Amino acid sequence: MERTYLDHAATSPVHPQVVEAMIPYMTTYFGNPSSIHSFGRESRRALDEARETIAKTVGAKANEIIFTSGGTEADNLAIIGVAMANREKGRHIITTSVEHHAVLNTCKYLQKQGFDVTYLPVDEHGMISVEQVKSALRDDTIIVSIMFGNNETGVLQPIHDIGQLLRDHDAYFHTDAVQAYGLVPIDVHELGIDLLSVSSHKVNGPKGVGFLYVREGVRLMPHIYGGEQERKRRAGTENVPGIVGFQKAAELAQQTMSEKRALYEQFQHIMLTTFEREGIDYAVNGHETNRLPHVLNVAFFGTNVEALLVNLDLAGIAASSGSACTAGSIDPSHVLVAMYGNDSERIRSSVRFSFGYGNTLEQIERAAYDIAKIVKRLTKA
Amino acid sequence: MMYLDNSATTKPFPEVLQSFIKVATDYFGNPSSLHGLGMQAERLLTQAREQMARLLEVKPSEVIFTSGGTEGNNLAIKGVAWQHQQRGRHIITTAIEHPSVIEACKQLEQFGFQVTYVPVDERGIVSVAHIEQALRDDTILVSVMHVNNEVGSIQPIEQIGAMLKKYPKVLFHVDGVQGAAKLPLHLKRANVDLYTMSAHKFHGLKGAGVLYVREGVRLSPLLSGGAQEMQLRSGTENVAAIVAMAKALRLSIEKYRESYARLEEIKRAIIGRLQTIEGISVHTPLEQSAPHIIHFSLEGIKSETFVHELEKQHMYVSTTSACSSRKKAPSKTLLAMGIEKTRAERSIRISLSYEQQIEHVPIIVEAIEQAYERLKIVARGTK
Repeated sequence: MERTYLDHAATSPVHPQVVEAMIPYMTTYFGNPSSIHSFGRESRRALDEARETIAKTVGAKANEIIFTSGGTEADNLAIIGVAMANREKGRHIITTSVEHHAVLNTCKYLQKQGFDVTYLPVDEHGMISVEQVKSALRDDTIIVSIMFGNNETGVLQPIHDIGQLLRDHDAYFHTDAVQAYGLVPIDVHELGIDLLSVSSHKVNGPKGVGFLYVREGVRLMPHIYGGEQERKRRAGTENVPGIVGFQKAAELAQQTMSEKRALYEQFQHIMLTTFEREGIDYAVNGHETNRLPHVLNVAFFGTNVEALLVNLDLAGIAASSGSACTAGSIDPSHVLVAMYGNDSERIRSSVRFSFGYGNTLEQIERAAYDIAKIVKRLTKA
Repeated sequence: MMYLDNSATTKPFPEVLQSFIKVATDYFGNPSSLHGLGMQAERLLTQAREQMARLLEVKPSEVIFTSGGTEGNNLAIKGVAWQHQQRGRHIITTAIEHPSVIEACKQLEQFGFQVTYVPVDERGIVSVAHIEQALRDDTILVSVMHVNNEVGSIQPIEQIGAMLKKYPKVLFHVDGVQGAAKLPLHLKRANVDLYTMSAHKFHGLKGAGVLYVREGVRLSPLLSGGAQEMQLRSGTENVAAIVAMAKALRLSIEKYRESYARLEEIKRAIIGRLQTIEGISVHTPLEQSAPHIIHFSLEGIKSETFVHELEKQHMYVSTTSACSSRKKAPSKTLLAMGIEKTRAERSIRISLSYEQQIEHVPIIVEAIEQAYERLKIVARGTK
């Protein structure tokens, strides 16, 4: 049985060119970038180059990129780092109710430390409005953290407009771009973003690497202390092979962005027209068009998500009920609850399909047909 | 070519690399995913955790995967501090810890914690009595490194652990980054509550580490999110590097066990011969030091100059710890041992791996001797 992996938003396969790029840094150039001898200097050079390349992908300068161990660390560093460094200025934070847990649980942690957090609700499309942000802003707001594109529904938030709004306010603007990076062109200056989180393993890079963009001048308290790596903002021997792999993945993501977008939009179209043709009862969760192209979250009315996922898995289709990061739990998605309420049937019958490297038109056609068949079987009883 | 900077980082074992590539390529699922690929990744993660637990003689649930030694030390120290601050705000550590311990403590001082930095003797070893004397009613944590990363001195971990049995409320953290896999230490018997390890120091990959957290020890997490790692460390697990780390630990323990006596002999031979060279002082104590680290200083020659001179002979050594070497500051450990600043600025660390053989001794010593001679002539010429 051929397996079709439709869970790229959870994690993605490492691109063969990425592995290839990493190998020399685990065999020949394995030095510690802080060492002054040639082993160290070779590693340092690779690190500097990766930083340059990656900075360019978001329109930043190299010294504005902090490499982290991944998206979760980047989100934690951004929010706790800004909150702790600016706590004399204010203790108010604005975010949304549909953020990734790395943001939500970090905000909850800060609430325990005496910070005040406003969680903006979303509408039934999964979106917040600039007006909501505007009316939540206070004099003591120090950071606004709003995700670029949602990891469960793909819904995009009005990042540009929020960035515009915040140009006239002291609060820093952080966005978790873990899902959007590589599929949406991002220019931090155009968008007015002060901090931006990205994870490597969502864009066919290795796990264990990510970055936080921090605009020059932003006051940030480090989270991990020790050596003077990452301009004293993130201690720890740099994961050179991981970072080199991430660089390669970032390059590939930039080069293939427009073709991927077109392809994934086609995938979505194939899936939805197949569901239509097969006459199953479904609805897309989230805004119809204002979404990331690689995420398609669908409610299959009359099904139970657990049974559905098990049957899909048996048919060789790997999908998920939402965020993988809730550590194996299948609790109702907080994102869907925020959009449709606790009583909606959608929160018990929705599946997230996410596309990526390696998926083909044939795979998607067959998967769409198999999904419809399974849904029909499950709803017949 | 002779790479003698294994305390800065080590070359991954070929088998480690193979594991990494295999897992990263074929088992790339997210361990939190419920489908087949996710479950495969989770199984690999569980196996790696069980394997590491077996090697460390602890329970799998006591093995917390981190991004490395610095994160491990930060999580241990700040995790204890934030979790137990109601009980007390005093921490005891030593003057010769790695920056990831010292700087984490300094950050806590900014938040009202008090830290006692216990001095060491001229060998770079802390005394159990001094630690005990520093204990107060509000002490919540004692953090002492296993092996000093600069001079290689071994700290009396078992004795401190035994002493701390009288103070059951005080937690005991050990930075094991330089000791792990190289020196035997039974964590349970030594009464250690938290032990930090870093994969790239034992021929694993950068970006992975372990914090041993004894069952029952409560920590405030450093990273919030998806609640991975028994809720102590959020973030998608770096499965491939973790599987590779478990393999690296097994191989390292084997290789260092069988080469311990040889490395000890090499260390003693190098120290013995270096001591006969005029102008060279050896700072690594002959007794109670790890078999892989030799630290010495050269009169009249800056350490950076010497590193580059040796590099011409394809011999790679370091000045102080890699983490501090770009700062060009004198070694804190040497200063704490009472060595004067000018001497401390002229110090060199050699750190061996299991690959070194007894035949390497004359090659290493002669290279040092010759490089020193050449530089002395240059120095004389410019005067």
